[in-house]
Amino acid sequence: MKIRSVLIANRGEIAVRINRACRTLGLRTVQVHSAADRDSLAVRLADRAIEIGPAPAAKSYLRIDAIIEAARASGADAVHPGYGFLAENGDFADAVAAAGLIFIGPDGDAIRLLGDKVAARQIAAEAGVPTVPGSTARLADVDAGLALAHRIGYPVMIKAAAGGGGRGIRVVHSAEEFARQFPQAAAEAAASFGDGGLYVEKMIESARHVEVQILGDGQRYVHCFERECSLQRRRQKVWEEAPAFDLPAEVRAQMCTAAVKLAARVDYQGAGTVEFLYDRATTSFYFIEVNTRIQVEHPVTEMITGLDLVAEMIRIAGGERLSIEQDDVVIHGHAIECRINAENPARNFLPGPGTIKSLKVPHAPDVRFDSMLFEGYTVPPFYDSLLGKLIVHGADRAACLTRLQSVLNELVIEGVPTTIALHAALAADASVAAGNIDTRFLEGWLPSQFP
Amino acid sequence: MSEHEVLSPLPGTFYRRPAPDAPPFKEDGAAVAVGDVLGLVEVMKNFQEVTAEHAGSSITFLAEDGEAIDSEQVLARISE
Repeated sequence: MKIRSVLIANRGEIAVRINRACRTLGLRTVQVHSAADRDSLAVRLADRAIEIGPAPAAKSYLRIDAIIEAARASGADAVHPGYGFLAENGDFADAVAAAGLIFIGPDGDAIRLLGDKVAARQIAAEAGVPTVPGSTARLADVDAGLALAHRIGYPVMIKAAAGGGGRGIRVVHSAEEFARQFPQAAAEAAASFGDGGLYVEKMIESARHVEVQILGDGQRYVHCFERECSLQRRRQKVWEEAPAFDLPAEVRAQMCTAAVKLAARVDYQGAGTVEFLYDRATTSFYFIEVNTRIQVEHPVTEMITGLDLVAEMIRIAGGERLSIEQDDVVIHGHAIECRINAENPARNFLPGPGTIKSLKVPHAPDVRFDSMLFEGYTVPPFYDSLLGKLIVHGADRAACLTRLQSVLNELVIEGVPTTIALHAALAADASVAAGNIDTRFLEGWLPSQFP
Repeated sequence: MSEHEVLSPLPGTFYRRPAPDAPPFKEDGAAVAVGDVLGLVEVMKNFQEVTAEHAGSSITFLAEDGEAIDSEQVLARISE
């Protein structure tokens, strides 16, 4: 493989995860970090650490020039972007390549193409993948939007072409509301994403969020089955599972085949995720977007397939062919991931940074805890609230839920608020156990459970 | 003449404006009424408003826009 030394351009639990994959492959690691992360686990684990700026991400983890200079200075030959920060910034991928380094992910053109959510819908349609009814191009003006919304029927979502990941979305229920919201949405998109382009999708009223993990080396493409991620708050995932437990076998096959076709259509290189909405009542599914990076919830796929997705994406970037054939990817049992955030579910999820006074993590072959915590570590206030991800495996979903309840009971994090109690309540909930969930379930359930 | 200190409720990043291209909530030297929004503290991507608990004829900011701050840090002083 062409890669011997990897610069990790991220922080927190995913930096620790990337470091582990590099060790599996026998690679040297360079960790860039802000002044607020000097004492972090990722810095301690790396062969070399380079401080690239002060605490605010705009002055450190988002500084392309500083990261490339650190790679040069440390002799790294590849850059892993993790998720968030610069992970889906095509210009960063280009800058890494222009510096003679390897970007661990698809190239800048593929990131930009799939990052434009309207272009991605067109590619999906061309690949024969069903999309949510709506725009085939950016809306020229409010009248074009009104005409389209009238044709597909309200409620509809006005979405930012440069958005994604649940950001830049407005739900509107009438023409009056559409006309009022459209200019605000355009201004907000221009301010947030530097691109005011908008498109419209029909609102699917009761839907599951199901996404397919793909791997491609630019010549061959495989899927690693799907994840169920419907339990969300404010459009952010809270709990994820693999596989999507009650997906009919033929729907699973169609969805996974569609994702592979889409990957092939753009000569995809690396790990990616194709997201769908799944309507259980009609067993229809609709493409939403592609994420051109490793995702937070990748461990549930690793738990049921035995693959190391992060190591695989590094190998592909290093010029190796995919190490697996489609038939090698087989589902074993069921896995659930709980995102443990430094937030208080009893106080409307108010986040709270602070120092970890006590940490007790259950160790067992069917349990995994991806985290950057250690006793005495001070969680800084400057970044997201994710403390770690508790992942549990079981022979089937019922066994997994039972095991999850006991494992959550054993996990102790003291010193900061956590969402462990939220997950314990979800793991014991009859509706969750019965699988009666959709993307709106959690926000409807919270007021009765955590008033 | 008495002064009141405005303390940050949380550690995080202090902002004096609602958006990067918007004017500040309060200019230095402006009068303040109880309940006026003085700034925002961003903690873990969550924005908390800092509001005035005392009225005054003039406010002096000690923390800058975009500055990293600690819990209980003095953000501003309000003169009666």
